[in-house]
Amino acid sequence: MSPVLIILAVIVVLALYVIGIYNTLIVLKNRIAEALSSIGIQLKRKVDLIPNLIETVKGYASHEKSVFEGVTKARTAVMSATEKGDIGAELAANNQLTGALKTLFAVAEAYPDLKANISFLDLQQQLTDTEDKIAYSRQFFNSNVLEYNAKVQMFPNNLLVGLFGFKAEKYFETTDEEQKNVKVQF
Amino acid sequence: MNLYSQIWNNKVRTFLTFVLFSLLTFAFFAVVGQMVGFRSNAYIIVSIVFTLGSAFTSYFFSDKMVLASVGAKIATKAEYFNLYTVCENLTMAAGMPMPKVYVMQDDAPNAFATGRNPKNAVVCVSTGLLAIMDRSELEGVIAHELSHIKNYDILLSTVVGAMAGVISTITNQLMWITSFGGINNDEENNNSPFAIIGYIVALLLIPAVLFLVQMAISRRREYQADASGALITRYPEGLARALEKLQRNTIASPIATAGNAHLFISDPFKRNRKFISWAQNLLSTHPPLEDRIRILRGL
Repeated sequence: MSPVLIILAVIVVLALYVIGIYNTLIVLKNRIAEALSSIGIQLKRKVDLIPNLIETVKGYASHEKSVFEGVTKARTAVMSATEKGDIGAELAANNQLTGALKTLFAVAEAYPDLKANISFLDLQQQLTDTEDKIAYSRQFFNSNVLEYNAKVQMFPNNLLVGLFGFKAEKYFETTDEEQKNVKVQF
Repeated sequence: MNLYSQIWNNKVRTFLTFVLFSLLTFAFFAVVGQMVGFRSNAYIIVSIVFTLGSAFTSYFFSDKMVLASVGAKIATKAEYFNLYTVCENLTMAAGMPMPKVYVMQDDAPNAFATGRNPKNAVVCVSTGLLAIMDRSELEGVIAHELSHIKNYDILLSTVVGAMAGVISTITNQLMWITSFGGINNDEENNNSPFAIIGYIVALLLIPAVLFLVQMAISRRREYQADASGALITRYPEGLARALEKLQRNTIASPIATAGNAHLFISDPFKRNRKFISWAQNLLSTHPPLEDRIRILRGL
């Protein structure tokens, strides 16, 4: 075999390798994007449940104005972060909202009629479920980022990826508060 | 063993089960063919048709047969909110398609998964399980079942279960035929060596093979599904508490049979563990719950 052929073969193998890396990374990146949008969907679901919840609680405890204001404010913060398209800020605002909702449900404890209301119970259940869904979709996002980052940072991929503009992605870290309560129960 | 080698391993074992099954059915038809005095080789064709038919049926319909055998009904989100949403959430976390969710009417708490791949999978739990588990315990149980789906354990276990059913049926047939001394009573091959061999094969070999296959598929996989389930929920304590509840349960399931016992999350027969000898332990389809709980608590 002539040296030219050997060099050609090496070039072909290298090219195939680069194409392989590039395509794998594109697949992983798209998966991250999809996981990201599913977090957004769940946050939207939570935000949509809140007006009904406030209406129901108002029917029994209309004078607890500060609680409603707290929840409404936190909800608006989540929605404005959504409009900016910044899921990180959205999740941070969501933590505020979760805190405000906890206060709301603590207040509801004082109203036995409210606690027996079917639509209140239903909303409470749906919110608990949505809270779980947010946590799990974030977990799925993080495990996708883990896989992608490992590919980006591994040798020799790390020498190539810069050329195509692939960078390691950030995880959505949980706050200390969340780590303390693994399960959010209202 | 990582997930991909485990999936590969399960597919290979499923294939080997088909091979073993084909050999057994072929042997069965050969014995019967000799006994009834077929001089032609028609039994070869019969056995091939029969084997392919059973393989096809068990691959595509074994999940439906299992569900029918336990009388399971599909669970709607409205009726079983917790169960349905827990499945929805965990499949989201594991990045897998949503399986069909079923509930069986049974006071004994138990659960199983079946199907042939993650796109055609079923999770089924008993009403007894739903009655005693809280949401995080239910998450532990469902994550365990979803791991069986993701690992393709369900393919192997449902196919093996279906084949086991077929073999036990033909074993019964074989014993029935041989106990009447064959169909052509008046001929002198009444007590031919084939009849005796057939009888011995039916009596000893086939059930032994079945038991060994069942054992091989189930026990280590339970530990693995516990661990990968805990990776989905990030909360091993949920499943550990659920298993403790299963341990305290004393109700034996009326709908479990030898053919489907290996599918369940814990041994549905409630054998008394204190009096289990090593031989029984060898034949049991499930590892002891206390070991599984201990391992989960150590994660």
